[in-house]
Amino acid sequence: MNVTRGFTGRPRVLPHSPEGVGGAPIAGLPPGQYDAGDDWPVLSAEVTPDLTPADWSFRIDGLVAEPHTWDWAGAHALPASAYEGDIHCVTSWSKFGVRFGGVSLDAFLDVVRPDESATHAVAYSHTGYTTNLPLADLTGGRAWIAWEYEGRPLAAEHGGPARLLVPHLYFWKSAKWIAGLRLLDHDEPGFWEQNGYHARGNPWEEQRYSGD
Amino acid sequence: MTRTTSDTTAPGLFVPPTRFAVPGRIAVSNREAALWQTATLTEVRRETPHASTFRFAVPGWAGHLPGQHLMLRLRAEDGYTAQRHYSIASAPDDAGHIELTLDHVEGGEVSGWFHTLAEPGDEVEVRGPLSGFFAWPGDRPALLIGAGSGVVPLMSMIRHHRARGLTVPLRLLVSARGPEELIYAREYGAETTPVFTRRAPEGMPVGRLTASQVAPLLADERPPGGWEAYVCGSNAFAEHASRLLVSAGQPVDRIRIERFG
Ligand SMILES: Cc1cc2nc3c(=O)[nH]c(=O)nc-3n(C[C@H](O)[C@H](O)[C@H](O)COP(=O)(O)OP(=O)(O)OC[C@H]3O[C@@H](n4cnc5c(N)ncnc54)[C@H](O)[C@@H]3O)c2cc1C
Repeated sequence: MNVTRGFTGRPRVLPHSPEGVGGAPIAGLPPGQYDAGDDWPVLSAEVTPDLTPADWSFRIDGLVAEPHTWDWAGAHALPASAYEGDIHCVTSWSKFGVRFGGVSLDAFLDVVRPDESATHAVAYSHTGYTTNLPLADLTGGRAWIAWEYEGRPLAAEHGGPARLLVPHLYFWKSAKWIAGLRLLDHDEPGFWEQNGYHARGNPWEEQRYSGD
Repeated sequence: MTRTTSDTTAPGLFVPPTRFAVPGRIAVSNREAALWQTATLTEVRRETPHASTFRFAVPGWAGHLPGQHLMLRLRAEDGYTAQRHYSIASAPDDAGHIELTLDHVEGGEVSGWFHTLAEPGDEVEVRGPLSGFFAWPGDRPALLIGAGSGVVPLMSMIRHHRARGLTVPLRLLVSARGPEELIYAREYGAETTPVFTRRAPEGMPVGRLTASQVAPLLADERPPGGWEAYVCGSNAFAEHASRLLVSAGQPVDRIRIERFG
């Protein structure tokens, strides 16, 4: 593509990576993203639900040995696990060094024992939102059910009381107001994926839209 | 919220609640959405002190539906790129051309370039149209609520309604700080009610959108079968407006929200 006349971009703060100077990418910033700083934009197509911890539950079923539903206390009885790192939204902002508290998804999966045939999952929210993920993206300490942000209860507009957190994928995969996971032996597009978004959404590969 | 998590259906299978079962309105062409195209700026029109409309020639544009947006990319000499989403302001029938309306965001990287440097002849890249979710093909009665530049995708709907001479009911509630900041002010007709939050002309109330402005549309003016509601603006506005709609009786699964972040 041609250079946009006169466009220099915002002065970049950490420009000197080993690859070069000047326009070299900021370490940790995937291609096409910018640092949102203290902002945490809200991007959901839904009306924010009035969901209290008492209303909340989380279920895993489908291709598992033992489907299980946790309520708020049951989920909190699992070993606590935090995520500290970056998050990336497909609308181009990234946020560095955020801290979420909750429970690793591995702890939930240990209880239900996925079948060997399970390859994918559909995450669904208490509002009916859905998003699909390869099971491999949800295991191995890479996904959480999160209910705290920076030491405080997660705000409703950000998915509180609890959301799925899969920080190595674009954030539309981290379903707010998480209600459950259905394990499947095939991939099944969720809400945005049916609307043209990429099936996996790896920010480092810029998998924004289907076809990327 | 009322909801049950016990297995009342087939054993082992929980049926997710489907209150937000708003389907995509139209299928998005994945091929078009994946392709970057050159857009040549042909005209700049000032709308308000802080917003201008940028008209582009995009010869290969496959067309869009009112409400859809695109991804726009600028590239610096050193290879650095910045990309942002922008709603499409123009009606679909404007063949080979699209219009965007950008707010000048203080310190904004992309909107800053547009408002201080862009001139006809400049080239940028776009991909789209994107998302079938907020799209309105002109089929169902539509209740539109927008604030600031959130009115942009809604204006595309109004222009489409006019250009095609559609008779399906269409209403717009548009919020702006004052009359001088009301984008597209000259173009509104009887379908539109402006709401001024800071300064209003003589005889008009000052203050944010209230239940008293929303409720009548869901009672007295409600079309048979009800409205599809489209809400667009900042997150704070979207929260406020969508809550007013829900309180007035609009079903949550018939409210589409586009938040600008
Ligand atoms: C679906 C969708 C549709 C949209 N449609 C429209 C539309 O029709 N019209 C429209 O005007 N907008 C629209 N937007 C918003 C648009 O995408 C941009 O967010 C907006 O134009 C601001 O981008 P920017 O590059 O000018 O500002 P940015 O550079 O992104 O800055 C935004 C704010 O953050 C501050 N900031 C961020 N980083 C820094 C930094 N490092 N240093 C200093 N300050 C910083 C800026 O000062 C500014 O206040 C839409 C958004 C979405 C998601």
